[in-house]
Amino acid sequence: MTIWHWILLASILVYALKLSGYLVPARVLERPPVARTANLMTVGLLAALVVTQTLGAGTALVADARIPALVVAAVLFAVRAPFIVAVTAAAVVAALLRMTGWG
Amino acid sequence: MSPSSPAVAAAVRESIAVGLAVSAYGVSFGALAVAAGLDVWQACVLSLVMFSGGSQFALIGVIATGGATAGAAGVVSATLLGTRNALYALRVAPIVGPGVLKRAWAAQWTIDETAAVATAHEEPAAQRAGFWVTGAIIYVGWNLTTLLGALLGDLIGDPSAWGLDAAAAAAFLGLLWPRLKRLQPIVVAVAAAVVAAVLLPVVPPGVPVLGAAAVAIVIGVTNWLGPKDAAA
Repeated sequence: MTIWHWILLASILVYALKLSGYLVPARVLERPPVARTANLMTVGLLAALVVTQTLGAGTALVADARIPALVVAAVLFAVRAPFIVAVTAAAVVAALLRMTGWG
Repeated sequence: MSPSSPAVAAAVRESIAVGLAVSAYGVSFGALAVAAGLDVWQACVLSLVMFSGGSQFALIGVIATGGATAGAAGVVSATLLGTRNALYALRVAPIVGPGVLKRAWAAQWTIDETAAVATAHEEPAAQRAGFWVTGAIIYVGWNLTTLLGALLGDLIGDPSAWGLDAAAAAAFLGLLWPRLKRLQPIVVAVAAAVVAAVLLPVVPPGVPVLGAAAVAIVIGVTNWLGPKDAAA
């Protein structure tokens, strides 16, 4: 399978899920365990992606300029800065640290 | 839509504000997709066809760590992250109303932001305006900025020298942040983060994220630390 195949497969599945909410009777998806688990799964996936994206280098854990960059982003999110501002700040922090020879 | 209703006007203003803000970070998606090893077309097709930010970032995040061989794990991550759209669709379906083609189109635009703006209003006309105007602005804006970001990403060479890897981590954090308002999701986030870090050195790329999803499912099904279910 090439990247194109994965892209198309994932896109079809994501669309099918969107459509399912219009087709499935509401009482199935509105059961509390289903709704709760779907919401918690979103949280768990995003938290794991933060970790792998911050500490991962292939299959190794490394501590580098991404950690201080993420801390800066967290502070900005905490003070309700816009998404694009926090994300850009993280990139700038990591780039500056690397330019000066850190991480 | 009727310009006479102040609620509709408010919904349209909200749609424009949310739509423009979200569209802006399509630039980061496009640039990160190219940094992850996708070409400009692949980045654009994802925004056109998948059109769900969290799932798109997840797919390219996993491909960034493992390339096409991690694709299956990337597809599963993207799909699991897309499950919440099904729940939004339930809430939005009465607002969209009947009609097969209309619903098929509305389904593609059923995402965090359209559901949030539409369901924030009481008046049906304002709900409809919120859904369709937000959807249209984000669909057009997100795709244009994805293309722009992908072209920029192609120009700049080594993505880590520009901190794009850190930007990707911050993007996931930004999607996560508004969901951490109660104890149960915070516990899930911490547990998932620990599981992902422990698994990362010992399993193939992409799998740590799926392990973390399993933790969330267990806590969700058992409702550990959660509020009592209302009668279903």
